[in-house]
Amino acid sequence: MQEMANSPRYISIEGIARHFDAPGGGRTTVFEDVWFPVARGEFVCMIGHSGCGKTTVLNILAGLDLPDGGVAVVDGEAIEGPSLNRAVIFQSHALLPWRSVLGNVAYAVSSKWRDWSRAKIEEHAKKFIALVGLAGSELKKPAQLSGGMKQRVGIARALSIEPKILLMDEPFSALDALTRGNLQDEVRRICLATNQTVFMITHDVDEAIYLADKIVLMTNGPHAMVAEIVANPLPKDRQRHEVHKHPHYYALRNHLIDFLVTRSKTFKDEIPADYDRRKPPVVSPVAQPLPVPPPATKRAAA
Amino acid sequence: MHSWPLQARASLVSMLILVVLGLAWHIGVNTGGGTGQANIDPEYAKLIGAAANTGKSAMPGPLDVLAKIGQHLKEPFYDRGPNDKGIGIQLAYSIGRVLLGYGIAVLVAIPLGFLIGMSPLMNRALDPFIQIMKPVSPLAWMPLALYTIKDSAISSIFVIFICSLWPMLVNTAFGVSSVRKEWLNVARTLEVGSVRRAFTVILPAAAPTILTGMRISIGIAWLVIVAAEMLVGGTGIGYFVWNEWNNLSITNVITSIIVIGLVGMILDQMLARVAKLVTYPE
Repeated sequence: MQEMANSPRYISIEGIARHFDAPGGGRTTVFEDVWFPVARGEFVCMIGHSGCGKTTVLNILAGLDLPDGGVAVVDGEAIEGPSLNRAVIFQSHALLPWRSVLGNVAYAVSSKWRDWSRAKIEEHAKKFIALVGLAGSELKKPAQLSGGMKQRVGIARALSIEPKILLMDEPFSALDALTRGNLQDEVRRICLATNQTVFMITHDVDEAIYLADKIVLMTNGPHAMVAEIVANPLPKDRQRHEVHKHPHYYALRNHLIDFLVTRSKTFKDEIPADYDRRKPPVVSPVAQPLPVPPPATKRAAA
Repeated sequence: MHSWPLQARASLVSMLILVVLGLAWHIGVNTGGGTGQANIDPEYAKLIGAAANTGKSAMPGPLDVLAKIGQHLKEPFYDRGPNDKGIGIQLAYSIGRVLLGYGIAVLVAIPLGFLIGMSPLMNRALDPFIQIMKPVSPLAWMPLALYTIKDSAISSIFVIFICSLWPMLVNTAFGVSSVRKEWLNVARTLEVGSVRRAFTVILPAAAPTILTGMRISIGIAWLVIVAAEMLVGGTGIGYFVWNEWNNLSITNVITSIIVIGLVGMILDQMLARVAKLVTYPE
Protein backbone atom coordinates (compact mmCIF):
# COMPACT_ATOMS: atom_id res chain seq x y z
CA MET A 1 0.00 0.00 0.00
CA GLN A 2 1.47 3.38 -0.98
CA GLU A 3 1.38 5.84 1.88
CA MET A 4 1.75 9.58 1.70
CA ALA A 5 4.29 11.23 4.01
CA ASN A 6 1.55 13.02 5.90
CA SER A 7 -0.78 10.08 5.94
CA PRO A 8 -2.95 9.61 9.01
CA ARG A 9 -1.47 6.09 9.03
CA TYR A 10 2.15 6.98 9.86
CA ILE A 11 2.04 4.02 12.19
CA SER A 12 -0.44 1.39 11.10
CA ILE A 13 -1.26 -1.59 13.26
CA GLU A 14 -2.84 -4.08 10.89
CA GLY A 15 -4.55 -7.12 12.33
CA ILE A 16 -1.89 -8.08 14.86
CA ALA A 17 -2.42 -11.04 17.20
CA ARG A 18 -0.29 -12.54 19.95
CA HIS A 19 -0.64 -15.90 21.63
CA PHE A 20 1.16 -17.26 24.66
CA ASP A 21 1.51 -20.81 25.89
CA ALA A 22 -0.93 -21.21 28.72
CA PRO A 23 0.26 -22.94 31.87
CA GLY A 24 -1.02 -26.51 31.71
CA GLY A 25 -1.05 -26.74 27.92
CA GLY A 26 -2.98 -24.94 25.26
CA ARG A 27 -2.57 -21.37 24.11
CA THR A 28 -3.96 -18.12 25.32
CA THR A 29 -4.77 -15.49 22.76
CA VAL A 30 -3.99 -12.20 24.45
CA PHE A 31 -5.36 -10.09 21.59
CA GLU A 32 -6.17 -10.72 17.97
CA ASP A 33 -7.05 -8.77 14.85
CA VAL A 34 -6.09 -5.43 16.39
CA TRP A 35 -6.15 -2.48 14.01
CA PHE A 36 -5.47 1.18 14.66
CA PRO A 37 -3.57 4.04 13.06
CA VAL A 38 -1.31 6.76 14.48
CA ALA A 39 -0.75 9.93 12.45
CA ARG A 40 2.59 11.72 12.26
CA GLY A 41 3.02 14.14 15.14
CA GLU A 42 0.17 12.58 17.07
CA PHE A 43 0.31 11.66 20.76
CA VAL A 44 -1.61 8.42 21.21
CA CYS A 45 -2.24 6.71 24.53
CA MET A 46 -3.48 3.17 24.96
CA ILE A 47 -5.64 2.42 27.96
CA GLY A 48 -6.80 -0.96 29.20
CA HIS A 49 -6.69 -3.26 32.19
CA SER A 50 -3.72 -5.45 33.05
CA GLY A 51 -3.60 -8.52 30.83
CA CYS A 52 -5.08 -6.88 27.75
CA GLY A 53 -1.68 -6.94 26.06
CA LYS A 54 -0.90 -3.21 26.09
CA THR A 55 2.77 -3.77 26.80
CA THR A 56 2.90 -6.47 24.12
CA VAL A 57 1.52 -4.00 21.56
CA LEU A 58 4.23 -1.54 22.59
CA ASN A 59 6.92 -4.23 22.43
CA ILE A 60 5.76 -5.13 18.93
CA LEU A 61 6.04 -1.47 17.94
CA ALA A 62 9.50 -1.38 19.50
CA GLY A 63 10.48 -4.51 17.58
CA LEU A 64 11.28 -6.35 20.82
CA ASP A 65 8.41 -8.76 20.23
CA LEU A 66 6.89 -10.03 17.01
CA PRO A 67 3.17 -10.53 16.37
CA ASP A 68 1.94 -14.06 15.66
CA GLY A 69 -0.37 -12.66 13.03
CA GLY A 70 -0.80 -9.37 11.24
CA VAL A 71 1.77 -6.67 10.81
CA ALA A 72 2.84 -3.39 12.36
CA VAL A 73 3.80 -0.84 9.72
CA VAL A 74 5.80 2.33 10.34
CA ASP A 75 6.23 4.86 7.55
CA GLY A 76 5.28 2.24 4.96
CA GLU A 77 7.65 -0.46 6.24
CA ALA A 78 6.73 -3.52 8.27
CA ILE A 79 8.53 -3.72 11.63
CA GLU A 80 10.94 -6.65 11.71
CA GLY A 81 13.05 -5.79 14.70
CA PRO A 82 14.23 -2.97 16.96
CA SER A 83 15.30 0.25 15.29
CA LEU A 84 17.02 3.46 16.27
CA ASN A 85 14.08 5.25 14.65
CA ARG A 86 11.86 4.09 17.48
CA ALA A 87 13.04 4.96 20.99
CA VAL A 88 11.61 3.28 24.07
CA ILE A 89 11.19 4.81 27.52
CA PHE A 90 10.92 1.85 29.85
CA GLN A 91 8.67 1.71 32.89
CA SER A 92 11.60 0.77 35.11
CA HIS A 93 13.86 3.40 33.46
CA ALA A 94 16.37 0.59 32.59
CA LEU A 95 19.46 2.74 33.08
CA LEU A 96 22.81 0.95 33.06
CA PRO A 97 23.83 1.36 36.73
CA TRP A 98 27.58 1.21 36.08
CA ARG A 99 27.39 4.22 33.77
CA SER A 100 26.96 7.84 34.78
CA VAL A 101 24.04 9.97 33.59
CA LEU A 102 26.23 11.24 30.78
CA GLY A 103 27.47 7.71 30.08
CA ASN A 104 23.94 6.37 29.73
CA VAL A 105 22.85 9.08 27.30
CA ALA A 106 26.17 9.00 25.43
CA TYR A 107 25.78 5.23 25.00
CA ALA A 108 22.59 5.83 23.04
CA VAL A 109 24.11 8.73 21.05
CA SER A 110 27.19 6.71 20.12
CA SER A 111 24.94 3.82 19.04
CA LYS A 112 23.09 6.08 16.64
CA TRP A 113 26.04 8.06 15.25
CA ARG A 114 28.88 5.55 15.31
CA ASP A 115 31.41 7.76 13.54
CA TRP A 116 31.04 10.77 15.84
CA SER A 117 33.99 11.89 17.93
CA ARG A 118 33.82 11.47 21.68
CA ALA A 119 33.56 15.23 22.17
CA LYS A 120 30.70 15.53 19.72
CA ILE A 121 28.85 12.62 21.37
CA GLU A 122 29.20 14.17 24.81
CA GLU A 123 28.14 17.59 23.60
CA HIS A 124 25.02 16.12 22.00
CA ALA A 125 24.24 14.06 25.11
CA LYS A 126 24.68 17.08 27.39
CA LYS A 127 22.20 19.03 25.32
CA PHE A 128 19.50 16.46 26.02
CA ILE A 129 20.46 16.11 29.68
CA ALA A 130 19.94 19.86 29.96
CA LEU A 131 16.64 19.59 28.08
CA VAL A 132 15.19 17.34 30.81
CA GLY A 133 16.56 19.64 33.52
CA LEU A 134 19.46 17.53 34.74
CA ALA A 135 22.34 19.84 33.80
CA GLY A 136 24.96 19.54 36.54
CA SER A 137 24.16 15.90 37.33
CA GLU A 138 26.03 14.49 34.32
CA LEU A 139 28.60 12.59 36.36
CA LYS A 140 26.22 11.07 38.90
CA LYS A 141 25.47 7.35 38.82
CA PRO A 142 21.83 6.25 38.58
CA ALA A 143 21.94 4.97 42.19
CA GLN A 144 22.54 8.57 43.32
CA LEU A 145 19.38 9.84 41.62
CA SER A 146 15.76 9.91 42.75
CA GLY A 147 13.13 7.94 40.84
CA GLY A 148 11.98 11.01 38.94
CA MET A 149 15.53 11.96 37.99
CA LYS A 150 16.22 8.43 36.77
CA GLN A 151 13.18 8.59 34.53
CA ARG A 152 14.37 11.99 33.27
CA VAL A 153 17.61 10.32 32.22
CA GLY A 154 15.55 7.62 30.48
CA ILE A 155 13.66 10.35 28.63
CA ALA A 156 16.88 12.16 27.71
CA ARG A 157 18.36 8.90 26.44
CA ALA A 158 15.31 8.20 24.28
CA LEU A 159 15.12 11.74 22.89
CA SER A 160 18.88 12.01 22.29
CA ILE A 161 18.73 9.62 19.34
CA GLU A 162 16.12 11.92 17.74
CA PRO A 163 13.71 9.08 17.03
CA LYS A 164 10.84 9.27 14.59
CA ILE A 165 8.62 7.61 17.15
CA LEU A 166 8.75 7.70 20.92
CA LEU A 167 7.34 4.65 22.71
CA MET A 168 6.55 4.92 26.41
CA ASP A 169 5.48 2.04 28.64
CA GLU A 170 3.80 3.53 31.72
CA PRO A 171 6.80 5.80 32.17
CA PHE A 172 5.46 7.70 35.16
CA SER A 173 3.60 4.97 37.03
CA ALA A 174 6.36 4.40 39.57
CA LEU A 175 6.63 8.09 40.50
CA ASP A 176 4.93 10.15 43.18
CA ALA A 177 2.13 12.46 42.08
CA LEU A 178 4.11 15.71 42.15
CA THR A 179 7.07 14.31 40.21
CA ARG A 180 4.71 12.64 37.78
CA GLY A 181 2.93 15.94 37.09
CA ASN A 182 6.17 17.79 36.47
CA LEU A 183 7.47 15.13 34.13
CA GLN A 184 4.17 15.03 32.22
CA ASP A 185 4.47 18.80 31.70
CA GLU A 186 7.99 18.44 30.37
CA VAL A 187 7.25 15.53 28.10
CA ARG A 188 4.27 17.39 26.69
CA ARG A 189 6.33 20.55 26.18
CA ILE A 190 9.14 18.69 24.40
CA CYS A 191 6.82 16.59 22.25
CA LEU A 192 4.75 19.59 21.17
CA ALA A 193 7.87 21.60 20.36
CA THR A 194 9.34 18.87 18.18
CA ASN A 195 6.04 17.54 16.77
CA GLN A 196 7.08 14.14 18.13
CA THR A 197 4.98 11.10 17.25
CA VAL A 198 4.33 9.28 20.52
CA PHE A 199 2.69 6.02 21.50
CA MET A 200 2.25 5.62 25.24
CA ILE A 201 0.78 2.95 27.50
CA THR A 202 -0.95 4.08 30.64
CA HIS A 203 -3.73 3.12 32.98
CA ASP A 204 -3.99 6.60 34.43
CA VAL A 205 -7.05 8.24 32.91
CA ASP A 206 -5.98 11.78 33.84
CA GLU A 207 -2.57 11.27 32.31
CA ALA A 208 -4.20 10.20 29.06
CA ILE A 209 -6.59 13.17 29.08
CA TYR A 210 -3.76 15.63 29.62
CA LEU A 211 -1.24 14.17 27.20
CA ALA A 212 -3.05 12.33 24.42
CA ASP A 213 -4.54 13.52 21.15
CA LYS A 214 -6.16 10.14 20.76
CA ILE A 215 -6.82 7.41 23.29
CA VAL A 216 -7.06 3.79 22.14
CA LEU A 217 -9.37 1.76 24.37
CA MET A 218 -8.54 -1.94 24.71
CA THR A 219 -11.09 -4.41 26.08
CA ASN A 220 -10.06 -6.96 28.69
CA GLY A 221 -7.93 -9.93 27.72
CA PRO A 222 -7.79 -12.67 26.71
CA HIS A 223 -9.00 -12.02 23.17
CA ALA A 224 -8.66 -8.29 23.77
CA MET A 225 -9.69 -5.92 20.97
CA VAL A 226 -9.73 -2.20 20.26
CA ALA A 227 -13.22 -1.06 21.30
CA GLU A 228 -12.91 2.48 20.06
CA ILE A 229 -10.56 5.39 19.62
CA VAL A 230 -11.36 8.50 21.64
CA ALA A 231 -10.37 11.79 20.02
CA ASN A 232 -9.51 14.26 22.78
CA PRO A 233 -11.99 17.19 22.57
CA LEU A 234 -9.86 19.44 24.79
CA PRO A 235 -7.89 22.27 23.14
CA LYS A 236 -4.31 21.49 22.17
CA ASP A 237 -2.90 24.31 24.32
CA ARG A 238 -4.39 22.84 27.53
CA GLN A 239 -2.64 23.37 30.88
CA ARG A 240 -2.42 20.53 33.37
CA HIS A 241 -3.90 22.50 36.26
CA GLU A 242 -6.76 23.83 34.14
CA VAL A 243 -7.97 20.84 32.12
CA HIS A 244 -10.53 19.90 34.75
CA LYS A 245 -12.24 23.30 34.31
CA HIS A 246 -12.92 22.70 30.64
CA PRO A 247 -16.61 21.98 29.84
CA HIS A 248 -15.74 18.77 27.97
CA TYR A 249 -13.43 17.45 30.69
CA TYR A 250 -15.99 15.48 32.69
CA ALA A 251 -17.71 14.11 29.60
CA LEU A 252 -14.36 12.77 28.44
CA ARG A 253 -13.30 11.53 31.86
CA ASN A 254 -16.64 9.84 32.56
CA HIS A 255 -16.50 8.18 29.15
CA LEU A 256 -13.05 6.74 29.89
CA ILE A 257 -13.94 5.68 33.43
CA ASP A 258 -17.18 4.08 32.22
CA PHE A 259 -15.17 2.15 29.70
CA LEU A 260 -12.63 0.91 32.25
CA VAL A 261 -15.29 0.04 34.84
CA THR A 262 -17.91 -1.66 32.68
CA ARG A 263 -17.57 -1.53 28.91
CA SER A 264 -14.07 -3.05 28.86
CA LYS A 265 -15.73 -6.23 30.21
CA THR A 266 -19.05 -6.11 28.35
CA PHE A 267 -17.99 -4.72 24.97
CA LYS A 268 -17.29 -8.17 23.54
CA ASP A 269 -20.82 -9.39 24.28
CA GLU A 270 -22.61 -6.39 22.81
CA ILE A 271 -20.57 -5.45 19.75
CA PRO A 272 -22.47 -2.82 17.74
CA ALA A 273 -23.76 -4.01 14.36
CA ASP A 274 -21.69 -1.48 12.41
CA TYR A 275 -18.48 -2.23 14.33
CA ASP A 276 -15.53 -2.87 12.02
CA ARG A 277 -12.32 -4.19 13.65
CA ARG A 278 -10.31 -2.66 10.84
CA LYS A 279 -11.72 0.79 11.50
CA PRO A 280 -12.51 1.13 15.21
CA PRO A 281 -15.04 3.94 15.70
CA VAL A 282 -13.56 7.33 16.59
CA VAL A 283 -15.63 9.09 19.23
CA SER A 284 -15.20 12.45 20.88
CA PRO A 285 -17.19 12.78 24.12
CA VAL A 286 -18.28 16.39 24.61
CA ALA A 287 -20.47 18.06 27.22
CA GLN A 288 -24.20 17.73 26.52
CA PRO A 289 -25.84 21.16 26.09
CA LEU A 290 -27.91 22.12 29.11
CA PRO A 291 -31.56 21.10 28.75
CA VAL A 292 -33.51 23.87 27.04
CA PRO A 293 -36.47 24.99 29.18
CA PRO A 294 -39.96 24.36 27.68
CA PRO A 295 -40.81 27.09 25.14
CA ALA A 296 -44.12 28.07 26.77
CA THR A 297 -42.58 28.97 30.10
CA LYS A 298 -39.80 30.83 28.36
CA ARG A 299 -42.25 32.95 26.42
CA ALA A 300 -44.26 33.71 29.57
CA ALA A 301 -41.14 34.86 31.37
CA ALA A 302 -40.22 37.16 28.50
CA MET B 1 36.05 4.07 75.08
CA HIS B 2 32.69 4.50 73.36
CA SER B 3 33.86 7.53 71.48
CA TRP B 4 36.44 5.35 69.71
CA PRO B 5 35.56 4.32 66.20
CA LEU B 6 34.43 0.72 65.79
CA GLN B 7 37.49 -0.23 63.75
CA ALA B 8 39.86 0.99 66.46
CA ARG B 9 37.99 -0.98 69.13
CA ALA B 10 37.96 -4.10 66.95
CA SER B 11 41.72 -3.80 66.40
CA LEU B 12 42.28 -3.49 70.13
CA VAL B 13 40.24 -6.64 70.82
CA SER B 14 42.16 -8.45 68.07
CA MET B 15 45.45 -7.52 69.72
CA LEU B 16 44.15 -8.70 73.09
CA ILE B 17 43.10 -12.05 71.66
CA LEU B 18 46.53 -12.42 70.04
CA VAL B 19 48.33 -11.66 73.29
CA VAL B 20 46.11 -14.05 75.30
CA LEU B 21 46.54 -16.88 72.80
CA GLY B 22 50.29 -16.26 72.60
CA LEU B 23 50.62 -16.32 76.38
CA ALA B 24 48.55 -19.50 76.70
CA TRP B 25 50.70 -21.11 74.04
CA HIS B 26 53.92 -19.98 75.75
CA ILE B 27 52.86 -21.21 79.16
CA GLY B 28 51.48 -24.46 77.78
CA VAL B 29 54.73 -25.31 76.03
CA ASN B 30 57.00 -24.40 78.93
CA THR B 31 55.15 -26.17 81.75
CA GLY B 32 54.20 -29.47 80.05
CA GLY B 33 56.58 -32.46 79.86
CA GLY B 34 58.73 -31.18 82.73
CA THR B 35 58.64 -34.55 84.57
CA GLY B 36 62.01 -35.72 83.28
CA GLN B 37 63.31 -38.40 80.98
CA ALA B 38 61.97 -41.37 82.96
CA ASN B 39 58.73 -41.63 81.04
CA ILE B 40 60.30 -41.42 77.62
CA ASP B 41 60.98 -44.51 75.61
CA PRO B 42 64.72 -44.56 74.78
CA GLU B 43 63.97 -45.36 71.12
CA TYR B 44 61.69 -42.37 70.91
CA ALA B 45 64.23 -40.27 72.73
CA LYS B 46 66.75 -41.11 70.06
CA LEU B 47 64.31 -40.06 67.41
CA ILE B 48 63.45 -36.69 68.85
CA GLY B 49 67.03 -35.98 69.83
CA ALA B 50 67.99 -33.18 72.14
CA ALA B 51 64.48 -32.53 73.31
CA ALA B 52 64.45 -35.89 75.11
CA ASN B 53 67.55 -35.07 77.08
CA THR B 54 66.27 -31.74 78.30
CA GLY B 55 62.76 -33.10 78.86
CA LYS B 56 61.50 -30.19 76.89
CA SER B 57 58.62 -30.65 74.48
CA ALA B 58 59.44 -30.64 70.75
CA MET B 59 56.55 -28.24 70.40
CA PRO B 60 58.05 -24.76 69.94
CA GLY B 61 56.77 -21.76 71.79
CA PRO B 62 55.67 -18.50 70.18
CA LEU B 63 59.07 -16.97 70.74
CA ASP B 64 60.77 -19.82 68.86
CA VAL B 65 58.41 -19.30 65.95
CA LEU B 66 58.99 -15.55 65.99
CA ALA B 67 62.73 -16.12 65.98
CA LYS B 68 62.33 -18.54 63.06
CA ILE B 69 60.23 -16.03 61.12
CA GLY B 70 62.92 -13.41 61.76
CA GLN B 71 65.54 -15.83 60.46
CA HIS B 72 63.47 -16.52 57.31
CA LEU B 73 62.91 -12.82 56.77
CA LYS B 74 66.64 -12.18 56.97
CA GLU B 75 67.38 -14.75 54.31
CA PRO B 76 64.26 -15.72 52.41
CA PHE B 77 65.86 -16.71 49.12
CA TYR B 78 68.88 -18.86 49.98
CA ASP B 79 69.41 -22.04 48.00
CA ARG B 80 71.60 -24.80 49.47
CA GLY B 81 70.56 -27.72 47.35
CA PRO B 82 67.23 -29.48 46.67
CA ASN B 83 66.33 -30.03 50.33
CA ASP B 84 67.34 -26.68 51.73
CA LYS B 85 65.87 -23.66 50.02
CA GLY B 86 64.64 -20.42 51.58
CA ILE B 87 60.96 -20.09 52.32
CA GLY B 88 60.78 -17.21 49.82
CA ILE B 89 61.92 -19.46 46.99
CA GLN B 90 59.40 -22.14 47.98
CA LEU B 91 56.61 -19.57 48.11
CA ALA B 92 57.63 -18.17 44.74
CA TYR B 93 57.35 -21.66 43.23
CA SER B 94 53.87 -22.14 44.68
CA ILE B 95 52.60 -18.69 43.73
CA GLY B 96 53.99 -19.13 40.24
CA ARG B 97 52.17 -22.44 39.80
CA VAL B 98 48.94 -21.06 41.18
CA LEU B 99 49.04 -17.96 38.99
CA LEU B 100 49.85 -20.01 35.90
CA GLY B 101 47.14 -22.66 36.45
CA TYR B 102 44.66 -20.04 37.59
CA GLY B 103 45.49 -17.73 34.68
CA ILE B 104 44.86 -20.48 32.14
CA ALA B 105 41.62 -21.33 33.95
CA VAL B 106 40.51 -17.65 33.67
CA LEU B 107 41.23 -17.69 29.94
CA VAL B 108 39.15 -20.85 29.50
CA ALA B 109 36.36 -20.33 32.04
CA ILE B 110 35.29 -16.78 31.23
CA PRO B 111 34.80 -17.17 27.45
CA LEU B 112 33.27 -20.63 27.95
CA GLY B 113 31.06 -19.31 30.75
CA PHE B 114 29.91 -16.52 28.42
CA LEU B 115 28.97 -19.09 25.80
CA ILE B 116 27.10 -21.23 28.32
CA GLY B 117 25.37 -18.22 29.85
CA MET B 118 24.23 -16.81 26.51
CA SER B 119 22.98 -20.09 25.07
CA PRO B 120 20.20 -21.90 26.92
CA LEU B 121 20.99 -24.95 24.78
CA MET B 122 24.66 -25.09 25.80
CA ASN B 123 23.65 -24.30 29.36
CA ARG B 124 21.53 -27.44 29.55
CA ALA B 125 23.83 -29.58 27.42
CA LEU B 126 26.96 -28.91 29.50
CA ASP B 127 25.21 -28.86 32.86
CA PRO B 128 25.54 -32.62 33.61
CA PHE B 129 29.29 -32.53 32.88
CA ILE B 130 29.82 -29.53 35.12
CA GLN B 131 27.69 -30.99 37.90
CA ILE B 132 29.70 -34.23 37.89
CA MET B 133 33.16 -32.67 37.49
CA LYS B 134 32.65 -29.87 40.01
CA PRO B 135 32.59 -31.99 43.21
CA VAL B 136 35.64 -34.10 42.23
CA SER B 137 38.61 -33.35 44.47
CA PRO B 138 41.23 -31.88 42.16
CA LEU B 139 43.84 -34.22 43.66
CA ALA B 140 41.94 -37.14 42.14
CA TRP B 141 43.13 -35.82 38.78
CA MET B 142 46.77 -36.04 39.90
CA PRO B 143 47.52 -39.65 38.85
CA LEU B 144 45.87 -39.07 35.51
CA ALA B 145 47.85 -35.88 35.03
CA LEU B 146 51.13 -37.54 36.06
CA TYR B 147 50.51 -40.42 33.69
CA THR B 148 49.56 -38.31 30.67
CA ILE B 149 51.77 -35.24 31.18
CA LYS B 150 54.73 -37.13 32.69
CA ASP B 151 55.96 -34.00 34.47
CA SER B 152 55.24 -33.39 38.12
CA ALA B 153 55.55 -29.59 37.92
CA ILE B 154 53.15 -29.29 35.01
CA SER B 155 50.83 -31.83 36.65
CA SER B 156 50.41 -29.64 39.70
CA ILE B 157 49.70 -26.66 37.43
CA PHE B 158 47.09 -28.78 35.70
CA VAL B 159 45.49 -29.65 39.03
CA ILE B 160 45.34 -25.94 39.90
CA PHE B 161 43.76 -25.28 36.51
CA ILE B 162 41.10 -27.94 37.05
CA CYS B 163 40.15 -26.78 40.54
CA SER B 164 40.03 -23.09 39.55
CA LEU B 165 37.92 -23.78 36.50
CA TRP B 166 34.55 -24.77 37.97
CA PRO B 167 33.68 -21.87 40.28
CA MET B 168 34.61 -19.33 37.58
CA LEU B 169 32.76 -21.26 34.88
CA VAL B 170 29.60 -21.66 36.93
CA ASN B 171 29.63 -18.06 38.16
CA THR B 172 30.34 -16.57 34.73
CA ALA B 173 27.54 -18.61 33.16
CA PHE B 174 25.17 -17.60 35.96
CA GLY B 175 26.17 -13.93 35.80
CA VAL B 176 25.78 -13.81 32.03
CA SER B 177 22.47 -15.65 31.96
CA SER B 178 20.95 -13.47 34.65
CA VAL B 179 21.74 -10.09 33.10
CA ARG B 180 18.54 -8.07 33.42
CA LYS B 181 16.35 -8.38 30.37
CA GLU B 182 15.63 -4.64 30.38
CA TRP B 183 19.36 -3.86 29.94
CA LEU B 184 19.52 -6.24 27.02
CA ASN B 185 16.39 -4.59 25.61
CA VAL B 186 18.09 -1.20 25.85
CA ALA B 187 20.93 -2.57 23.74
CA ARG B 188 18.47 -4.12 21.30
CA THR B 189 16.46 -0.93 20.80
CA LEU B 190 19.74 0.92 20.21
CA GLU B 191 20.70 -1.66 17.55
CA VAL B 192 23.92 -2.50 19.39
CA GLY B 193 25.83 -5.36 17.71
CA SER B 194 26.48 -8.59 19.59
CA VAL B 195 30.20 -7.99 20.22
CA ARG B 196 29.62 -4.45 21.46
CA ARG B 197 26.69 -5.70 23.55
CA ALA B 198 28.90 -8.38 25.14
CA PHE B 199 31.50 -5.81 26.18
CA THR B 200 29.27 -2.84 27.06
CA VAL B 201 26.25 -4.51 28.68
CA ILE B 202 26.76 -8.18 29.53
CA LEU B 203 30.35 -8.00 30.80
CA PRO B 204 29.84 -5.01 33.13
CA ALA B 205 26.51 -6.42 34.32
CA ALA B 206 27.99 -9.86 35.07
CA ALA B 207 31.36 -8.60 36.33
CA PRO B 208 30.52 -8.69 40.07
CA THR B 209 29.30 -12.31 39.78
CA ILE B 210 32.34 -13.27 37.70
CA LEU B 211 34.67 -11.69 40.26
CA THR B 212 32.96 -13.65 43.04
CA GLY B 213 33.75 -16.83 41.10
CA MET B 214 37.34 -15.68 40.64
CA ARG B 215 37.72 -15.10 44.38
CA ILE B 216 36.34 -18.53 45.21
CA SER B 217 38.70 -20.05 42.65
CA ILE B 218 41.86 -18.34 43.88
CA GLY B 219 40.99 -19.48 47.41
CA ILE B 220 40.55 -23.08 46.31
CA ALA B 221 43.69 -22.94 44.15
CA TRP B 222 45.76 -21.80 47.12
CA LEU B 223 44.30 -24.57 49.29
CA VAL B 224 45.00 -27.19 46.66
CA ILE B 225 48.57 -26.17 45.77
CA VAL B 226 49.80 -27.09 49.27
CA ALA B 227 48.31 -30.57 49.02
CA ALA B 228 49.46 -31.01 45.41
CA GLU B 229 53.05 -30.08 46.28
CA MET B 230 53.07 -32.46 49.25
CA LEU B 231 52.11 -35.15 46.76
CA VAL B 232 54.52 -34.41 43.93
CA GLY B 233 57.40 -33.01 46.01
CA GLY B 234 60.47 -31.20 44.77
CA THR B 235 59.70 -27.54 45.36
CA GLY B 236 56.95 -25.29 46.67
CA ILE B 237 55.56 -24.36 50.06
CA GLY B 238 53.56 -27.62 50.29
CA TYR B 239 56.72 -29.65 49.80
CA PHE B 240 58.49 -27.39 52.31
CA VAL B 241 55.87 -28.16 54.99
CA TRP B 242 56.16 -31.88 54.43
CA ASN B 243 59.96 -31.77 54.32
CA GLU B 244 60.09 -29.85 57.60
CA TRP B 245 57.76 -32.41 59.15
CA ASN B 246 60.25 -35.07 58.10
CA ASN B 247 63.01 -32.94 59.64
CA LEU B 248 60.78 -32.72 62.74
CA SER B 249 61.05 -28.97 62.63
CA ILE B 250 57.65 -28.09 64.04
CA THR B 251 58.84 -24.47 64.21
CA ASN B 252 59.14 -24.38 60.44
CA VAL B 253 55.77 -26.12 60.03
CA ILE B 254 54.06 -23.48 62.15
CA THR B 255 55.92 -20.73 60.34
CA SER B 256 54.70 -22.16 57.05
CA ILE B 257 51.11 -22.25 58.27
CA ILE B 258 51.30 -18.56 59.11
CA VAL B 259 52.96 -17.69 55.81
CA ILE B 260 50.46 -19.76 53.76
CA GLY B 261 47.61 -17.94 55.52
CA LEU B 262 49.15 -14.55 54.84
CA VAL B 263 49.69 -15.23 51.14
CA GLY B 264 46.15 -16.63 50.77
CA MET B 265 44.77 -13.51 52.39
CA ILE B 266 46.77 -11.24 50.09
CA LEU B 267 45.60 -13.12 46.97
CA ASP B 268 41.99 -12.84 48.13
CA GLN B 269 42.30 -9.16 49.04
CA MET B 270 43.78 -8.35 45.64
CA LEU B 271 40.72 -9.79 43.93
CA ALA B 272 38.44 -8.11 46.48
CA ARG B 273 39.92 -4.78 45.34
CA VAL B 274 39.14 -5.58 41.73
CA ALA B 275 35.63 -6.74 42.70
CA LYS B 276 35.06 -3.41 44.42
CA LEU B 277 36.00 -1.59 41.22
CA VAL B 278 33.46 -3.44 39.07
CA THR B 279 30.62 -3.55 41.59
CA TYR B 280 27.80 -1.14 40.84
CA PRO B 281 25.11 -0.02 43.26
CA GLU B 282 21.57 -0.37 42.00
